[in-house]
This record gives sequence, structure tokens and C-alpha cells, in this order.
Amino acid sequence: MQATAIKQVLRSTFGVLDPPLMAIALALLAYALVVVISATADFPSRLNQHFANLAVALGAMLVVARVPPQRLMTLALPAYLVGLALLVGVAVAGDVSKGARRWLNLGFMRIQPSEMMKIAVPLMLAWYFHKHEAVLRARDFLVAGLILLLPVALIAKQPDLGTAILVLAAGVFVIFFAGLSYKLIMPVLLAAALGVGALVYYGDHLCADGVAWPGIKEYQKHRVCTLLDPSTDPLGKGFHIIQSTIAVGSGGIMGKGWMKGTQTHLEFIPERHTDFIFAVMAEEFGLAGAILLVLLYLALIARGLMIAAQATMQFSRLLAGSISMIYFTYAFVNLGMVSGILPVVGVPLPFVSYGGTALVTLCIGLGILMSIRKHRRLAPD
Amino acid sequence: MKFADSPLLSQTVPAWRARFMLGALMLGFAALITRAVYLQGVNNEYYQEKGASRYARTLPLAATRGRISDRYGDMLAVSTPVRSIWAIPDDTKLQPAQVRELARLLDLEVRDLDRKLATDGDFVFIKRQISPELAGRVMALNLPGIHDQPEFRRYYPSGEVAAHLIGFTGAEDHGQEGMELAFDARLTGEAGSRRVIKDRRGAIIEDVEGARQPREGQDIRLSVDAKLQYQAYAALQDAISANHAKAGTVAVLDAKSGEILALVNAPTYNPNNREKLSGAQLRNRAFTDSFEPGSTLKPFTIALALEQGKVRFDTPIQTAPGHLTIGNATISDAHPHGVLSVAEVIQKSSNVGAAKIAGQLTPHDMWNNFDALGFGAPLKLGFPGEVGGRLRPWKFWKPIEQATMSYGHGISVSLMQLAHAYLVFARDGDLVPPTLVRQDGEPVAGTRVYSPQTAREVRAMLEMAVGPGGTAPKAQVPGYRVAGKTGTAHKLEGGVYAHKYVSSFVGFAPVSDPRLLVAVMIDEPSGGMHYGGDVAAPVFSRIMGAALRSLGVPPDAPEPPVLKMAAGTAPAKPAKPAAPPARAALAPKAMPVAALRVPRRPAREPM
Repeated sequence: MQATAIKQVLRSTFGVLDPPLMAIALALLAYALVVVISATADFPSRLNQHFANLAVALGAMLVVARVPPQRLMTLALPAYLVGLALLVGVAVAGDVSKGARRWLNLGFMRIQPSEMMKIAVPLMLAWYFHKHEAVLRARDFLVAGLILLLPVALIAKQPDLGTAILVLAAGVFVIFFAGLSYKLIMPVLLAAALGVGALVYYGDHLCADGVAWPGIKEYQKHRVCTLLDPSTDPLGKGFHIIQSTIAVGSGGIMGKGWMKGTQTHLEFIPERHTDFIFAVMAEEFGLAGAILLVLLYLALIARGLMIAAQATMQFSRLLAGSISMIYFTYAFVNLGMVSGILPVVGVPLPFVSYGGTALVTLCIGLGILMSIRKHRRLAPD
Repeated sequence: MKFADSPLLSQTVPAWRARFMLGALMLGFAALITRAVYLQGVNNEYYQEKGASRYARTLPLAATRGRISDRYGDMLAVSTPVRSIWAIPDDTKLQPAQVRELARLLDLEVRDLDRKLATDGDFVFIKRQISPELAGRVMALNLPGIHDQPEFRRYYPSGEVAAHLIGFTGAEDHGQEGMELAFDARLTGEAGSRRVIKDRRGAIIEDVEGARQPREGQDIRLSVDAKLQYQAYAALQDAISANHAKAGTVAVLDAKSGEILALVNAPTYNPNNREKLSGAQLRNRAFTDSFEPGSTLKPFTIALALEQGKVRFDTPIQTAPGHLTIGNATISDAHPHGVLSVAEVIQKSSNVGAAKIAGQLTPHDMWNNFDALGFGAPLKLGFPGEVGGRLRPWKFWKPIEQATMSYGHGISVSLMQLAHAYLVFARDGDLVPPTLVRQDGEPVAGTRVYSPQTAREVRAMLEMAVGPGGTAPKAQVPGYRVAGKTGTAHKLEGGVYAHKYVSSFVGFAPVSDPRLLVAVMIDEPSGGMHYGGDVAAPVFSRIMGAALRSLGVPPDAPEPPVLKMAAGTAPAKPAKPAAPPARAALAPKAMPVAALRVPRRPAREPM
């Protein structure tokens, strides 16, 4: 009798989980834990904090997974508006830390509203397109663009280019899946390709002192320029890239072994437990470890896209697709940055980097995916 | 068609979009994998090397500097291990109590320590060269950012006694003066190395491979006898204070081997505490100061004349009336002597006699003679600032110069050059190079300068100079036959002879088989006496006596010479010797006692 009751409780708690997605996520988190242990070897308290973060994030995932997509839909607009209001609040009265205005002090706690927008923006856009699914017109895309660009602009203004890019990407994925014409997409892609090409080709001129880039902060220009030639500033901004590239490269095929990374443990890698944790992983587990990570991400994203493809309503499809692609964006930007092919922007490695906020956001995303998966039959078609 | 009505816009989730996304995703990951393969698979050696260069360091392992000992192994310079405490100011976050504790241990002012710890940069010495025991207690405090490193400190047990001889090392443990400099290459050795891993802050994490051990510096065993060195030091110090002299120097040589047994200068300094050093204290005068030697050079002129057969031991030389005019210059004796034998010219130190004998020699021969004796060129023992003295080319000598050079004016030498040259008389006419390193092998073959016959004759004359009727009876040593020559020279100041003197004495003993040679120079004695026979000769006597006894040299004089006979109580006028002594009877006692006359006033020309 009692056994059945326990079984029932377990089923109602964990039954919402999607076993393949959960398996992949747990494998990823376990692999991450191994690396975090090494990266925080000198700070045992951080490891404890990491366990706490994991508990909170997985708890949040379980809670969200139980919320049906229809309920999520009703939360979309309020969540978006509250997030937007908080971003305005940050712009007006935020705390300044390290030259950026990113935090809002609510009196009892400090929050970073840009973080919640990573979920709130795709939620809002998915809801919007779901509502206008029947008759999608150009006007809808313009409204969607406004919905997206408003928070992105506020975040970029803080300035926090990394988060702005992620929020922008999340929104763009929704719009793309919603069906924006390739006639609009292609010019943007082309312009981006040309811009990157020009930057690489004319880097020396563009990076010269005194050349202002319209709309780009001096430190952001510096990051891009440092990427083009890290050796121009080996002790300053180039330090991160050079050190992390060396750490990754010195790992070799099989790596130096767990806890044996010299660059890591001699403290040459900056931010080695947060944004640059891939350098630790690559140094200690080599190319094999790096490929394992990429395969895990690939599996995670593939499962997410599968969930999106099998979703029964537009809202779920767009949200799941966006969340899956956001994982890709996260991973690509971070790995590209650490291995020296993208500029340094503050993007953590998803599910691996130490740090509670990002982990909770990512796990809420997992929870949404699971909810979409489990509730697909209940969705009214 | 209006854009808004485009059928493309009304499409919902087209299949190609999902595939496009999947393609982009694959492309992105492929790019990352490619990059990883490039970094880790293709170019990894380059990056491994780069990585290693960032943490691996090669540290020097200091070689211990060789020790310097005297000829019997008594230590004159040793390196003791010490430690220095240093800090990385950025890493030191000390509580005020910790700073106080550190300051107390290191005997520093808290304020000074705070100032040091507040400096910018990665490195600051907190305190250098403290005992390893104290350093251990400091490191036991386990303060962050405080480190120690091993160093060596040079310690000189003999202190002031051998300061100029040994010299000292500088901050980098390299010789700066004396033997420390002369033998620096041998003493230094070769540093080893140790390869270590350091973290970003420079702290050593571990050794990676076996250390290459340093090659320790070689020990040097000097020719010096620490006991003689001390006796020479004490005698010189006493003479300096008794005569209120400005400076002085003493050299003791082994007549058989040319080894320098003692070398003392005054004023001196303590090499273990060099905080207040003056240039005068530092000067190794025996090598760096040249002076006009005066009469101590006469024996070389006589020896050359003897060697060339121009004169014999007993050839009479007319020195009356006590002065001699050459060109428009006049040479004079301190007091007139009349006719003197060549031996008596040395014994009584007659300038006129020496000049007259020199008149029979050619400038070329005289120059060659001086040159063969080592004058005019540095001895090259490795001391800094060794001088060669002044010896002008013979072609430019004027007759008056040739005459004055015969008694040691118009030429300058260092005391070590002079002492070295006197070896020819102590050694039957040949010359061995002076050395500061103990010679254990076969005695070096000397370079012949004079025939043994000539050397023995001059030796006999020099014994007469110390004997009754000579200028330096105060140089006598009880129990031993002693030979030597005084020198008293006016100092040249700005090209003019001033009323300042350099008193010197060079001599050797025992005459029957010379073992030791002692040269004494006292600069500017101003205690009332200034003659070499009064100022320098007693120093010689004291050092020579002590040295002979401590070396256990058997006495060769049956009974002590009677000093009172020589002390100048005989006021008899100098008389022409009734009969020049035969060569067979050259003992001092055979010489006429009455020949001596004590000068009453300072001579215009030195003796």
C-alpha cells in the first residue's frame, strides 16, 4: 500500500522527465563536475557552492517540467513585461560594477534582469507567433522585431554584449522558425559575412588607435582587435586568449590527465572555473575530451530539436527550437572564444561553467523542453 | 505584389528551415572541432612548448666560493651560508600583529618594514644575509608572500691583519680587491641549475628534473704565513704610531722560493665591516704606491759595476769634499767621508761615491740592469692597480739623472718591486718571480742577473751596512747575521722635493744562507726621526727576529752583535780606512767601528 504511494509520488515527480534528455543532461553535468573539481581545486568552497547550484537548478527544472505549455503561455507576457521593466530599472538606477550597469538592487536581493530575458524573450515571441499563427503577416514580424530589439538594446547598453547576443540569438531563432522570409534573412547573413571578412582583411587599419567604430564601445572594439592579433597586447586584453589557446593546445590528443593541467593549476588561465573552463577541460582531457563535450552538446541539441519537431502546437515548436538553438549558441560562442576564433564575450559554457544564475536558466530551459515533450498529447490541436 | 502579402510569410514551420538550422549547427561544431584538432592535434607541440615556457624556469644553484687559506691551511677567507628574506609585496596581506612579529624577529623598525611591504612590484628584500637559524624562525611564521633564499657571506677571520692581501668580495660574491679579485675565476666555481615549475606568482611548485649540481669554487692556498702576517702587522702598527707616520707597508718574502710570506699595509680596514671605507684605507701600498726608493737602490749600481769589472770590493773611491757637481747640479752626502772603499760606499751610503761609480757605467747598461731587476714594469700578481714605477728610457737620460738614479732618485718603484729585486743578493745573483700561492713543487729556476761572486760581495757590503759603522745597526737581529740597506728619500710633491720623507729598509737573513727577506717602507714619519736606519730598520729587526725564531732557522752568529757599539757613541771623525779589509775577512766585526758618524741634521740629499 505504502509502496504504491511512494511509487506514485516518484512517478508524479520524475515521470515528467524525458529519459533521453535527462540522460544526456546528467552525463553533461557529471562530466562538468569532474572538470569543475579540477578547476576549483584551490577553492574548496566553490565546489560546495557548485553542488548547491546544481541542486537549485535541477529543482527548478523539476518544477518547470511539471508546468504544462499552456500555463507557460499565460506567463509569457507578464514575464516579458516584468523583465523589461526591470531592465529599464537597471538603466535608471542599476548598480555599477566593473564599468557596467547590470545589477538591480531590490533592497532584499540583487538581481540581473538580463539573465531572465534569455527565457522570457523566446517565451514572449513564441507566444506572440502562436497567437498569430493563422495569419502571419509582415506586420507581425515587425512587432516581433520590436519585442526582441527593445530588451536587446537595453542589455547592450549596460553594456553586456555577451548576454545581448544570446538574447538576440534566442529571439532570432524563434522568428526564423516562425517563418521569416529568406529574402530578409539572406541580406543580413551576407552583411555579417562581409563585415567579418572586412574586419579580418583590414584589421590592422580598423584596429588602429583613434578609429571609432559606430555603435561599438572602445573595450568591445579592443576585444575584437585583440582576437585578430592577440600578441599586440599580450599582458592586457590578449592575455586571456593567449593563455587559453596555449592551455587548449598544450593538452594534445589525450590531455595531461585530470588535475594535472599545468596552465590550470599554476593559475595561468584566467576565469578558469567560469568562462574559460573549456581551457581546463581541453588541457586535461585533450582533443578526446573536447570531442566528447561537443558530442554531448550535439546529442542534447538533437534531442531538443526532435522535441520541437514533434511538438503539437506552434508555441511549443518555436520555444523548444529556440531553446535548443540557444544551447548551441552558448556552446559555440564560448568554445569559439576559448579556442581563439571568436572575440572574448562574457558567455559561460552551458552546463559546465561554475556559476548559479546561468545554470538555473539553462535547467529551466531543460524543464521547458521536458514539459513540452510530456504534455504534447494533452495539447489541444 | 506587396511584401506583406508574400506567400512566403504565411508559411509556418517549413521543413527546410529545420534542416538549415541543423546544417548551421553542424557547420558550427565542425568549425570548433577543426580548431580543436588544429590546436591539439596538429600544432600541439608548439603550444606545449609555449605552455612549458610559461611555468618552467631554470634557477641557478649558487656554487660555494672557494676558501682562501694561508700556507698551513689557516683560513683567511671563508663563505658561510646565510639566508635573505624577501617578499612579493602584492601577495603579503599581513595583519599589524604579524608585521610587528616579523619586525621584532628581524630587528627592523615596524615603520621601515611597512614601507618595504607597501612598495610596488614583485620583489623586495626585507633583510639580507641573516643566519639560517633566524631565517628558519621567520619562515616558520608562515606569512603569505614572505620568502627566503640562500646566499653566502664572505667572512675574513684575520680581519684587518690581512685585509689588503685577501681583499673582499662584492654583493654578487665576486672579488673586488686583493686575492679575491686576483683569483676570482678559480674561487668562483660554476653555478649549477635546477629546473622547476612555478605558478603565475612565481612560487616554486616542484622540481621537474634532476638538478645540475654546481661546480664548487676551488680553494686557494696562499704562500702567506698567517703568523708572520700577524707579526708584521703588529710591528708595522707600532712603528706607524711611534713615528706618527701617515702610512706604511711591509713585505716578507721567502728568499728560496720567492713566495710572499706576509704583506701588510697601514692604514688598514676591517673587511668584515666595510661601511666606512676611505680610499687611503683600501690602498694596497706595496703594489699601488711607487716612491723614490733612495739609497736602497745603491747596491744595484755597485753590483753592476762589480759585474762589469769597473770596480772591485775594495777599490777606493774619493768622496771628498762630500759633494759633486755634474753640469749645474750638485750631489752631496749627508756628511763628507773622504776616501771610501766600494764596500764602504754602501756601508755609509755615500751618494757621491755611488754617483762616481755610476759615472763609469753606460746609461744603457744601467737601464738594462734596472729592467732585469723588474723595475719599470708591474709584477703582475693580479692585484688591482699594480704600478710599474717610473724608469725612463735610457736614451733620454742626462748625466745628472744617471748619477741620481744610482742612489735611487729620478726613478720610482713599489715596495714589492724593491723587495723582489733584493732577492738577487739573498740568492747568489738570480731572481725568481714573486708569488702569492704556496709553491709545493721543485724550486723555480731563477733568472740570472749577477754572478754569484758579485751577489756575495754585495751581500757582504749589505752586512756591513747593518753592522757597526753602517747606517742601520738598529736592523740587527740577535743571534743572526743580517744584511740590508736603508733608504731615506724626500717625497716629490708637485715635482718639488718636499720636507716629507719616505723611510725604508730592505734586508735579509741569515747571511750565511739567506732564508727570509723583509722590506719595510714608512711614509712620512713625523715623530722626530725620519732616517731609514732609525724608522724602518727597527721594524725590520723585530719582524725578522720573530720570523726567524718562529720558523726555527738556526742562528748563524755565535753571539749577539753588540748593539751599543754601533749606536753612535763613537764621535770619531770619519777616517780613511787604514787598510781596506781583505775579501777573506768580511765579517762585520772586522769593520772599523769608528767609521760611523751619526748625522746631526736632516740632509738636503737623502742618505
